[in-house]
Parts: sequence; structure tokens; C-alpha cells
Amino acid sequence: MTVLEDRLGDHMTARVDRLVQRDQIHGSMYTDPDIFAAEMQRVWKESWVFIGHESEVPQPNDYVRKRLGLEDVVMTRDAQGEIHLVVNRCAHRGATVCDAHQGNSSSFRCPYHGWTYKNDGRMLGYPYAQGYGGKGKLQIDMGTARVGVYRGFVFGTFNPGAPPIEEYLGGAAGEIDRLCRLSPTGELDLSKGWLKHRTRANWKLVMENETDGYHPPFAHGSILTVTGSHIGELYGEASEAVTRDLGNGHAENDLRPQFRKYGELMKWNGNGADRVPDYVQGMRELHGDAAEEILIEGAPHLMVFPNLFIAEITVFMIQPVSVGECIQYSTPVQFKGAPDLNRRMLSMSIGSVGPAGMLLADDADMYERNQRGVALHDPEWVNVSRGLHREERDDNGFLVGGPNDETGMRAFWKQYCRLMGSEVQR
Amino acid sequence: MTTPALDIDLREIEQFIYREARLADASDYDAWEALWTDDAQYWVPVDGASDPGDHVSVIFDNRSRLHTRLQQLRTGKRYAQLPMSRVARVISNIEVTDVDGADTRVAASFVLAESRVGNIEWWAGHLEYRIRREDGELRLVGKKVVLINNDEPIPTVSFLI
Repeated sequence: MTVLEDRLGDHMTARVDRLVQRDQIHGSMYTDPDIFAAEMQRVWKESWVFIGHESEVPQPNDYVRKRLGLEDVVMTRDAQGEIHLVVNRCAHRGATVCDAHQGNSSSFRCPYHGWTYKNDGRMLGYPYAQGYGGKGKLQIDMGTARVGVYRGFVFGTFNPGAPPIEEYLGGAAGEIDRLCRLSPTGELDLSKGWLKHRTRANWKLVMENETDGYHPPFAHGSILTVTGSHIGELYGEASEAVTRDLGNGHAENDLRPQFRKYGELMKWNGNGADRVPDYVQGMRELHGDAAEEILIEGAPHLMVFPNLFIAEITVFMIQPVSVGECIQYSTPVQFKGAPDLNRRMLSMSIGSVGPAGMLLADDADMYERNQRGVALHDPEWVNVSRGLHREERDDNGFLVGGPNDETGMRAFWKQYCRLMGSEVQR
Repeated sequence: MTTPALDIDLREIEQFIYREARLADASDYDAWEALWTDDAQYWVPVDGASDPGDHVSVIFDNRSRLHTRLQQLRTGKRYAQLPMSRVARVISNIEVTDVDGADTRVAASFVLAESRVGNIEWWAGHLEYRIRREDGELRLVGKKVVLINNDEPIPTVSFLI
């Protein structure tokens, strides 16, 4: 337990019990700096947090700078191929050790006094060794986070007691599998770079929206109308899609039932099979008759607690900055072995997301409106009750709501409250 | 009908660039769109050196996508521009860097202030224009906006940058 945790004490849990209810969230949950400080400890240091993808560091000794909550970390691949997360702080006096955004190096040298570290964070040495009684007399390593990798997706945590990553992902793991199954090689490539969108809103407002099927025809009406997109219909009242609480805070908009109804190959991708003939042909050769179903059902629309969002063709990573600010990172999904489809997904992703994205800039505007609004006090609460009366358990025991119900938001809050120490049943 | 680039003088180029800036500042979507040629490329990279066909960009529009972007703005329901940004930019250091067939390449620098819902956002960077004379008029073939902070997180950019 850290010093900060001691200071926050149990009163924070009591506040969460009061301020997070089954059907409404108090506005201060998004604006109170004390709540933010508490969740940086209890959520962002205790939970598994999405960091990036193995394909960002393909070669031995590759590294790339990342954030894990508020921590500046370096994701490295050592000479043996293993992934590490090293806190970017010299163990001597705290100076930033790694400056470049990415590169290739087997070690890091602090510019201040020349202490050196292996790329797994272990101390290698220090100049003028006699001041510490000789070589190897002092051993202080850089901080590290635990690493969990699932299908190339890299997660980190500072919690030594966190469950194995597969167990944590639980119901969400199958959705990541479903994304990988769309790759002719079974593998993804997330190495086309990240757009970094600074957003003046609390991170939780962003995560709540990731499975909100209610907003597209309104917030995105402008671009959906101009492009004649079917996205509004996917989440409309007549859609057969569902919103599913996958447990552990994860949730999805399962669009498969509606895509099965359309019955069109690659409609999920907005392209149609005739525009990516090589990809479709390759998938048919690989999967035989099963290819039809795979290409009709498409990619998942999945939120993994607390900060991963897979939106069919784009992967998002959310990292908090302060109570009123976060960064939305986004990178296009690329399938190893599908160059024709990859070109289109890269282009579509650039058009849709990021600071100038024709979809995401409008989402960001909603988050910023939310942030201004929740600071006002009449009414004090944010309503998350949509669809509560019509939720059901599916065959796997998961809670399921309608296509535009707030089942996913409530899934998020259940896990959040557990991590914040609440034992109230919601 | 295009004319060789050597017909273009620096004074005329400057006037064209200032006009483009004025129309963008004013969010005059119709007049601004009319500046572009059919083979237009409007590019805001995240890294000045990367290939836009193999790496993400903040904006990488061909003529068709540029039109879609402006059509979205024209609906009046592009909420990231509701209310609209109020923008003033200063463009300087204008330099003809190359003549490439019918096209003239021009470099410049800019500083831009954007006011929207209580915030002032400062933008600065380097500009690379590709300009061509078509039917007697100067037209915009390419505009690349290299923000000085494009390796860092940036806020929403929904006005004409």
C-alpha cells in the first residue's frame, strides 16, 4: 500500500458507494480531483491496462515510449524477444532516461550521471564506482510493470496480484480472437502509428461512450447523412444487434445478428467483397465454407476495461492526464497478409478518427460538452438507466440489452466500483 | 489548359496564399473549395517524413474526401464546428522551393490562433504548397501542414487548417 492510498482511506469507498448508483452517476465522479487521485491508484495501478501491440516492437531491442495511466513507460523487446514495460525514471535521482519516441537499443543510459540499465530495467552500472564501494555493490533497478500479452495485445499492471491476462479478459478474449480470425494469418499488425487526440474530458466519459449505441444517428448525423452510411440503422430501434456486459467491466455492441440479417460479405467494413477480391479469395481458401460467416459477421465492437476500445477497423487506447483531460490514441487495424484490405482500412481509419476525424472529432466534442455540463449542479446526476427494464441473461450468463441500451456503461461502472473498494451490489 | 510554372511570379504567389488563408480563416467553404484542382492533396502528417499510404495522418484527403469533409461542415451539424472556431493566422517566410513541371512548390511558416468555447488554442508549423495555373487562374494542387507539435497529442482540429 502506498502513502497516497493511506491518505485516501476508506472514505473514498464510502463516496463511491453514494455517488455511483445502478441507474445514475453523480457529476462529481468526473470532476473531483480527489476521486481522480484515488482511481489513479485503485484502477490504473491495480487493473490490467492496455498499452499497445507487440507489432510496434517487432525486432529484438526495439522500444517505444508509452503511457500507463500517468506513468511514462517504455515498452521494450529484449534480445530474447520478451516484452517489458520499464518506468522511464532513473533509479538514482529520477531523471527521464529515454528521450526518443521509439528506437532500437539493448540498454538505456541516464544523461544526468551516466547510470546504465538493460532494456528490461535492470541496472548495468554507474560511473566512478568507488563512490558506492565498487562495481556491483549497488543494485537499484528501474521500475517495471507486469506484462500480459494476449494475441499480440500488450497489457501492463503495477499489481503483482492481478490475475493472468486471459482470466482478466474473460468474455472479451473471444472477441479479440474473432478480430484475429479475420486476418489471413491469424495475426494483426498495429504498426501504422497512433493518432493522439487531446480531449478536455474525464477519461470515464470516453469509455462510457465506446459501447453507446444511442448516439450515432444524432452526434454523427452529419457524416452519416453525407456518406449515406448504414451505421445509424445498425444501432436503430429495429436493429437485431445487442449490447452485452462481458464481465470484469468489459462490454460489446454485438452487431453480428444485424449483419447476418443483411447477409452481405464485408458490409461490416463498408467496402463490399468486390473491392477486396484478393482478401476474400484468401479467406475462402483458408476457411472454406466457414469464410462466408466470418466475412458477414465482421469485426468486434468491444470495450475492454479500463482503456481499450476495438471499433472494427480502429484500435483505441485511452490514457488519463488529469481529472478534466485525457488522450485518445487510435491506430488502424491491419491484418498480416491482407495488403488490399489494409490499404482501405488505413485510409478509412484516417478519415474517421483522430483530431480531424469525421466521426471522432464529433465524439470528442460531446465528451467536452459532457465535461462542462457535469460540473453544473441541477440536476446533479448523469442518467445511465436506458434499457434496465429489458436486460436479459444470454446462454452464457452474460447480461444483454438492446442495440442502443446503456448495458455497456453499467458494466464499466460495476468493475470500476469493485476496484474502488465498493461492495454494494449494483 | 495548364501553363508552365515559370509564368508565376512571387508577388502573385503570395497574394494567392494570403487569399487561401483568408478564406480558411473565414470558414468560407465554397470559395476555399473552389481553389483546389481535381488532383488535390490536403495533408496534415503526424510525422513529416512518413509515407501517408503506409502511416496514419491527422488529415490525408484527396479531392473526393476533401469534398466529403466540406459537405459535412456544410450540414451545420458538424458539432466539432458548432460553434465555429474563430481563427486568425499569419503566414510568413514564403519561399519558392521548386518548379516541378506545371507546378510550383512553395514553403512558408504560420502561426494561428483558434478561439472556441472559452479556449484559445495556438497552432504553428511549416506549410508546403503546390500551386498550378489552370485556365489563367492559380489553383491549389497540394497543401501540407507540418505542425511543430505533431509528435505530441493535439486537440480537435475541425476548422480549415
